[in-house]
Amino acid sequence: MIEVDGLTVRYGGVTSLDDMSLRFEQGTCGLIGPNGAGKTTFFNVLSGFVRPAAGTVRAFGTDLLGMAHFRRARWGVRRTFQTEQAIEELSVFDNVAMVHEHSGLGGASRRGDVLDAIAFTGIDVDPESPEAKVRTLGAGQRRLVEVARAVVGRPRLVLLDEPAAGLPDEETSHLADVIRRIPERTGALVILVDHDMSLVSACCATTAVLDFGRLIASGPTAAVLRDDDVIRAYLGVDQ
Amino acid sequence: MPATLERASPARARTRLSRPQLIRAAITAALLLFVLLGLPQLMSLYYIDTMTQVAVYSMVAVGLGVLVGRVGLVSLGQVAVLAIGAWVAARLLFATTQPFPLVLLEAGLITMVLGVVIGLPALRLRGLYLALITLMLAGAITVVLATVNFPNGGHGFLGYNGSLVHIPPIRRPSIATSDPAYFRYSVVVAILMFALVLAHIKTRPGRAWAAIRQSEPAALAAGINIWFYKLWAFALASFITGVAGGVLAGAVHYLYSIGFPTQDSITLLAVTLMGGVYSLWGAVVAALLYQFLPALLNNWGVSADWLIILFGVGVLQVLTTAPAGLADQVPRDLARLGRFLRNHVRKAAPAPTQGSTK
Repeated sequence: MIEVDGLTVRYGGVTSLDDMSLRFEQGTCGLIGPNGAGKTTFFNVLSGFVRPAAGTVRAFGTDLLGMAHFRRARWGVRRTFQTEQAIEELSVFDNVAMVHEHSGLGGASRRGDVLDAIAFTGIDVDPESPEAKVRTLGAGQRRLVEVARAVVGRPRLVLLDEPAAGLPDEETSHLADVIRRIPERTGALVILVDHDMSLVSACCATTAVLDFGRLIASGPTAAVLRDDDVIRAYLGVDQ
Repeated sequence: MPATLERASPARARTRLSRPQLIRAAITAALLLFVLLGLPQLMSLYYIDTMTQVAVYSMVAVGLGVLVGRVGLVSLGQVAVLAIGAWVAARLLFATTQPFPLVLLEAGLITMVLGVVIGLPALRLRGLYLALITLMLAGAITVVLATVNFPNGGHGFLGYNGSLVHIPPIRRPSIATSDPAYFRYSVVVAILMFALVLAHIKTRPGRAWAAIRQSEPAALAAGINIWFYKLWAFALASFITGVAGGVLAGAVHYLYSIGFPTQDSITLLAVTLMGGVYSLWGAVVAALLYQFLPALLNNWGVSADWLIILFGVGVLQVLTTAPAGLADQVPRDLARLGRFLRNHVRKAAPAPTQGSTK
């Protein structure tokens, strides 16, 4: 459950998020909109990289904006990035274990949690000893490493920023399958940003649409994708 | 979460050494034994003193390597940090009768505190701007040192007396008063400092630094306190450099502020990049370039000033063809040459029937 009220972010003279308000209840929720609509800015606010000029964000009853950015991972804000950011020189295990290692989480179950997350995302490594370096993996596998890092342990808010960008169809459908299973596995609220409408339709029951930093539509995905405003602003008339 | 997985043993599988790792460890050990036992017998006092300096600067370079290679923070103030370490050690050695290792430890710790202060701008600045700020700080430290002077056995907090005629030398540990003995002593201290760095990069801070270097956002998103780990890197580098300063004080006996010019920090960064910032061997190569090569040229009657040009070309060469430095490039190229020669020989003479050439 996330409640966003009146969120405003300005970069110099540019208003990236303009008094944006949003509710997502549970499961996997889509967030779509044209480039520059403020989707990644919204994620950056949630991860603490960007300080909003105004507004509040409550996630599961907790005020997120008051929390230091490095503490948010410990609390349960996890994310992936538009350009994949798995750490190349570390092993798959160390990449996924990073969250636990630096947040003092897991304790005795740490190794088990990490292996669990790696198995859950289906990364193609030795499941008992995932010591392969990330730099030896292909693009799709690296995406999965990022996703595994986002779901290890007990995440509460999983932010996926265009996870399928540049992936071939086969890997996208595997990723869709993983994304769909995150909420039931972890109880986390997943927010998926993507331009691939078939991925959004396949994963998300609810979808919200941003345009110029404002929320222009929100509701069941199928209805949102048929909405006239959304078609005009983002999807184009021939959709 | 369902407890489907069996409780894995806490010891991770990686602790077992593979064969190449064992061979490398054996070579390293043999090399160190040779340096400690054989080298002082083979060299003149001139080169023994030079090699002591190499030991000192390999510590400075390994500290700089942590900043540049592990975390991606460029510092142009390391020679000034070295001067601080030397100053503190000299002051303590004159003022107290504490054992030498304790003084080294204290010099390291005090320098570490100052180094963390120097590192504070790194929390907001990166790249060129951080380099600039550290260079200015180094300049400031040089100016202050030129004013207060290095301790020379005088009284007061600064320990300097300008009217002293017979300046007492900075003492060495009682077990290592001769030059060859002090060389061995320096090498042992350097080995300990290298081990300290190794212990960092193989464990949690090393993994945090790797994440920070590649992607600060990803590090933050994984809950890494990047401020803390950046300061930790500065603390570690400053500690090691402070200890190196202490070793330097004992090595030269007399310290003067002109011995630590600001621009030396730039040359030091150049040779550290040439040696290679991603491996510990790179620091040794850097120190050899920085101290041994000039001594060699001086001995041959060639001005060491030419080296500035060589280092310039060398950095260009390394940055364009081997970002991991000479410590990575030379063995790789030698291995390639070896393979080439082997293939050549094999082609010339037909392979033996068993075909188990190695």
